[in-house]
Amino acid sequence: MGKIKEKVISLISEVIGKIGGRNLLLMFPGLWIILFFICPCLILVKISFSESVIASPPYTSLLDWISGNVLQIRINIGNYLALFKDEMYIRGFVNSVLIAGTSTVCCLLIGFPMAYAIARSSARFRGILLMLVVLPFWTSFLIRVYAWIMLLSQAGLINTLLLKLHVIDAPLPLMHNSFAACLGIIYAYLPFMIFPLYSAIEKIDYSLIEAAYDLGGSPLTAFFSVVMPLSAPGIYAGSALVFVPALGEFVIPELLGGAGTLTVGRLVWNEFFGNMSWPAAAALSMVLLMFVVLPIVLTQRRREIKLLSRD
Amino acid sequence: MRFRRTNLILCLGYMFLYLPLICVVVYSFNESRLVVSWTGFSLKWYKALLSDPIILRATVTSIKVAVLSATVSVVLGTLAAIIITRFKIFRGKTLFVGAITAPLVMPEVVMGLSLLMLFVGMEKIFGWPLGNGTATVTIAHITLTLSYVTMIVQARLQDTDMAIEEAALDLGASPITVFFLITLPIISPAIITGWLLAFALSLDDVVIASFVAGPGATTLPMIVFSGLRFGISPEINALATILMTVLSIGVVISAVLIYKKKI
Repeated sequence: MGKIKEKVISLISEVIGKIGGRNLLLMFPGLWIILFFICPCLILVKISFSESVIASPPYTSLLDWISGNVLQIRINIGNYLALFKDEMYIRGFVNSVLIAGTSTVCCLLIGFPMAYAIARSSARFRGILLMLVVLPFWTSFLIRVYAWIMLLSQAGLINTLLLKLHVIDAPLPLMHNSFAACLGIIYAYLPFMIFPLYSAIEKIDYSLIEAAYDLGGSPLTAFFSVVMPLSAPGIYAGSALVFVPALGEFVIPELLGGAGTLTVGRLVWNEFFGNMSWPAAAALSMVLLMFVVLPIVLTQRRREIKLLSRD
Repeated sequence: MRFRRTNLILCLGYMFLYLPLICVVVYSFNESRLVVSWTGFSLKWYKALLSDPIILRATVTSIKVAVLSATVSVVLGTLAAIIITRFKIFRGKTLFVGAITAPLVMPEVVMGLSLLMLFVGMEKIFGWPLGNGTATVTIAHITLTLSYVTMIVQARLQDTDMAIEEAALDLGASPITVFFLITLPIISPAIITGWLLAFALSLDDVVIASFVAGPGATTLPMIVFSGLRFGISPEINALATILMTVLSIGVVISAVLIYKKKI
């Protein structure tokens, strides 16, 4: 036994010597990412091609040894086909894209004037103003959603106030619809839009805008021909930062959107926790990932093309 | 004229950001059980909250998980940031950078689902870690926050002048001495920010925790989330107020610390 132990230790030290301290450093975060990020993704791909069965774990394996030397591979693409056949899934995807898109546009419409106003305020206040934008982001996400439940629900603040002022006779259905889901997403992700916009607008030389005025341009012309093109990188970055997480969002559509607002995030959750169908949940996740990766690849491509055309 | 208009925009914008939160705080002191009808000032919801054993236990679990995952995440993230900024191109570097930053855009449901499936597989082979509920949540939160920490430290490392480190190396200091005496003090504000962000993200996560948490590892957000499904309750207002106060104080202190360090 002792001999084996000695051998193992000498082997380990030899390995460390060969790898070198530098690579050893690389190993910790590298191994972590491989084990807890890349492996789970591969397992998810595997399960998305399996069949749902009543067992533990509730899916079939792809590889089967049939007799001594025959390895059978079973790939089931039914989970993916079902996504295109079932109207519920299609509605979920369409809803997700619509809600994420609407929220992104609204964030841009609210965030742009705010970022512009912050960038144009005096340098003394800029730091404080920016911090006030991030501060709500640091308070819990659930609390920010809860604040809107309190405002919008049937017996919520807005309805109570309007009823008391006799503006309305019956409470308005403000919650449990896509409007509330959009509002929640806009509120939660607005800081992600303001920050990139601010850093783009801050760099704009104000004399360029003044030049546009001097040459007889109206404020609108100055905005569309000077400010907007120069802040385009911020617009792209901010839109991606809002659109991508909004697409897979679960908590906001679940709590504010209610049963009628079916989104991909809720579908994955329901397939897993409700139907116990792991393969269906995995296939949905894979398609959702595609939807998330696509806008990122597109913005990346745009940047590359721009860099190439500049050279 | 223009100056006034920007002020108006700022007023409206900050009202949109803060009014809902202020409502939550104000009504946490309301005496009535019906959240929105004001009947008088009272601290009874805070008392009820502090004597609720389920919430207290969940708070302890959440803080344990958040401290542990933020600490591990900061160590791993700093290593990763050093690899990305200070190492020359090596085989697989693009893959490494991509895999480290990918959790940033990964939808939470997908991340929770995929990690749970890994844990189920691991449980089958090693008999671990599903029995230990907090371990799974901690591992998941480290993976989630690692990319944020890496990005923050990496940005700081890219801004610092490598010549200082090179000078120390030229004067005969070992790479480890250089790291502890020069690099670490320079990037410490980024490490503090990274730790706080990781802590806040872990304390905030409900989706991933719901997927991977084992029995007996219910975190605070999971309790709040199941409470929210049943609508509004004054206890949640009180809890929200306490959380907001603690987190904002933390953010303001760290901001002041970092601001002072820069000067």
